[in-house]
Amino acid sequence: MAPLLPGIQLEQIAGAVPAWRAAVDAHRWRSGCEAVAHAGGRLAALWASDERDAAGGFSVRALLVTFEGLACLELALPEQAPAYPDLSDLFACAARMQRAAFDLVGVRAANPQGATPDARGWLRHGAWRDDVYPLRRDVRPGATLAPDENRYAFVQVAGDGVHEVPVGPVHAGIIEPGHFRFSIVGERVLRLEERLGYKHKGIEKRFESLSLQEAARLAGRVSGDSTVAYAWAYAMALEGIAGMQPGRRAVFLRALLLERERIANHLGDLGALGNDGGLAFGLAQFSRLKEDLLRSNARVFDHRYLMDRVVPGGVACDVDPAAARALLEQGEQLASELRSLRAIYYDHSGLQDRCITCGRLTPRTAALLGIVGLAARASGHAMDARCHPGYAPYGELEPAVASHRNGDVAARIVVRFEEAFESLRLQRLILERLPEGELRAPLGAAADGAFGIGWVEGWRGEVIVALHAGAGGRVRRCHPHDPSWQNWPALEHAVIGNIVPDFPLINKSFNLSYAGVDL
Amino acid sequence: MHKILLKIAQVGLRSEPPPPADEVLRQGAARLNEEVLRLLGRALAIRHVDAGSCNGCELEIHALNNPYYNLEGLGIKFVASPRHADLLLVTGPVSRNMEEALRRTYDATPGPKLVVAVGDCGCDGGIFGENYASRGRAANVIPVDVAVPGCPPAPAAIMQAIVTAVTPVAAVKR
Repeated sequence: MAPLLPGIQLEQIAGAVPAWRAAVDAHRWRSGCEAVAHAGGRLAALWASDERDAAGGFSVRALLVTFEGLACLELALPEQAPAYPDLSDLFACAARMQRAAFDLVGVRAANPQGATPDARGWLRHGAWRDDVYPLRRDVRPGATLAPDENRYAFVQVAGDGVHEVPVGPVHAGIIEPGHFRFSIVGERVLRLEERLGYKHKGIEKRFESLSLQEAARLAGRVSGDSTVAYAWAYAMALEGIAGMQPGRRAVFLRALLLERERIANHLGDLGALGNDGGLAFGLAQFSRLKEDLLRSNARVFDHRYLMDRVVPGGVACDVDPAAARALLEQGEQLASELRSLRAIYYDHSGLQDRCITCGRLTPRTAALLGIVGLAARASGHAMDARCHPGYAPYGELEPAVASHRNGDVAARIVVRFEEAFESLRLQRLILERLPEGELRAPLGAAADGAFGIGWVEGWRGEVIVALHAGAGGRVRRCHPHDPSWQNWPALEHAVIGNIVPDFPLINKSFNLSYAGVDL
Repeated sequence: MHKILLKIAQVGLRSEPPPPADEVLRQGAARLNEEVLRLLGRALAIRHVDAGSCNGCELEIHALNNPYYNLEGLGIKFVASPRHADLLLVTGPVSRNMEEALRRTYDATPGPKLVVAVGDCGCDGGIFGENYASRGRAANVIPVDVAVPGCPPAPAAIMQAIVTAVTPVAAVKR
């Protein structure tokens, strides 16, 4: 059943997840979002497109999450001075998405007074001029743009003894680049302001020079640590457009790959969290277990991180009975190792002292910020797209949602342990019940202008791909959306009042993607 | 504490021998003479710079420090500042937004400095290529000594590239 949005006629989008769309005017754009916000829904993604070569002007889309599923509101904007009603008062996470949409397409969010709440660039650091919008269709795919000055007004905190600590973009570890501006008094953080966008490499523009088939590879490289989630979300969107469903064996194998990606990342994070908490033993043990898992991925699936194993129409790998037995056996061993390491982590007073109450994000703040995924679950919000609304094959696997309400680093550790155990249980179920059938089915034609959506619960949170097909089997527009869009602002809140030396630990406990949001 | 000790004893040593140098990975002529390399030995300090990767290569660079590859066991360690580094390990196509940071990091590294470009993106821009926001391969921005392909390259391959960078040409087995 379609979500009820007053005055808005929703039309179903074909595909594996419940999703609807509607063209709206500026008034309904706003009232529709208000209705969703007041009913406890949230904003999943917001992106803009250049439609001057088709319907005319520009467009902006808001993808909303309601109880029933996704609702995509589409607002057409005029060619001259395109502006749309600001959503950042309803959904805090909209702010950065709106800034990115302006940088790329030149459509402006305006509040009732006609002002843009935050007019600073987000992705534009001076690599192109402020009157050029690279995602417009008159900018050629391989074009080089003239650079501009790179200035950015960080919010200043004034007062006795307040000073700033700038960190990055090149960080003091093996980490992705980004800039953190701390305003501190003594050791305590009064305010953290993130500036991201350093990795912006024109992914959305690149999509538009690829065929729908080729683009699957690019989707799998938006955020390498979530390659399975992205590849699946992309395939889901394209399969919806092509009006096909992958076979049962293929979706079971996809779930197997996704759960192994979840386990690998959780193992890596649990080790790094132990290390940042002063327990180097944890890093040694968990990185050993992760390596064991990656090596078996390489043996069975021919890629350590499972890149390009999920393909449009199905999967590009298989598990024979011998490999299934080996994976099951390894899963049992891993569960036993995890149990012993969990006991060590939970008993270690030094580690617990660092993690309990550190970097707390209360359930209320989490809700106000609209955060998602693992971090939301550790702050009392038991949301998981595998369980609700669910998509094949998870309906028959009945995954359990791990949750905790403390919202601190310790809670995010607990949720990771619980999810790793649950993923191992799911792996066992999948391998025991693996149905026979074809691995990859032909896709069929994608109609010019067709629209599809993929929605997959990756290890970090929900990964969404919105895909518009163009003429001749090309990508017209693709917006891949990482859960880090929602969760980066939450990190700014979680560190308030904590000491600066705890920042690495808090940051790691979220472990957000820079590549996924910089695009 | 006894649980930790017990675990360490049960697991034992897992480190594997490092791969040999491979001349194929070298870009152009070797710049460091044998004497410098002999002095440097393998006490190498590495500064990693992510210039715009998808973060896949970072996962494999992390893996270099796991007990199997045990890079630090060879005397090679990652340092927190380019001023402490002998070698830069550069991942990703170089985004325009990271171009200046990469140049500054290179300039801050004391000579004689080595640069290893990691992954398909570091080698030729990879799937992202060159566009309004991407400068493509690392060598388009700073001089590169050794480049290792792969998406992402396995830890052993990255290790081999690092070892190649600090091995005199004459010592590489053909």
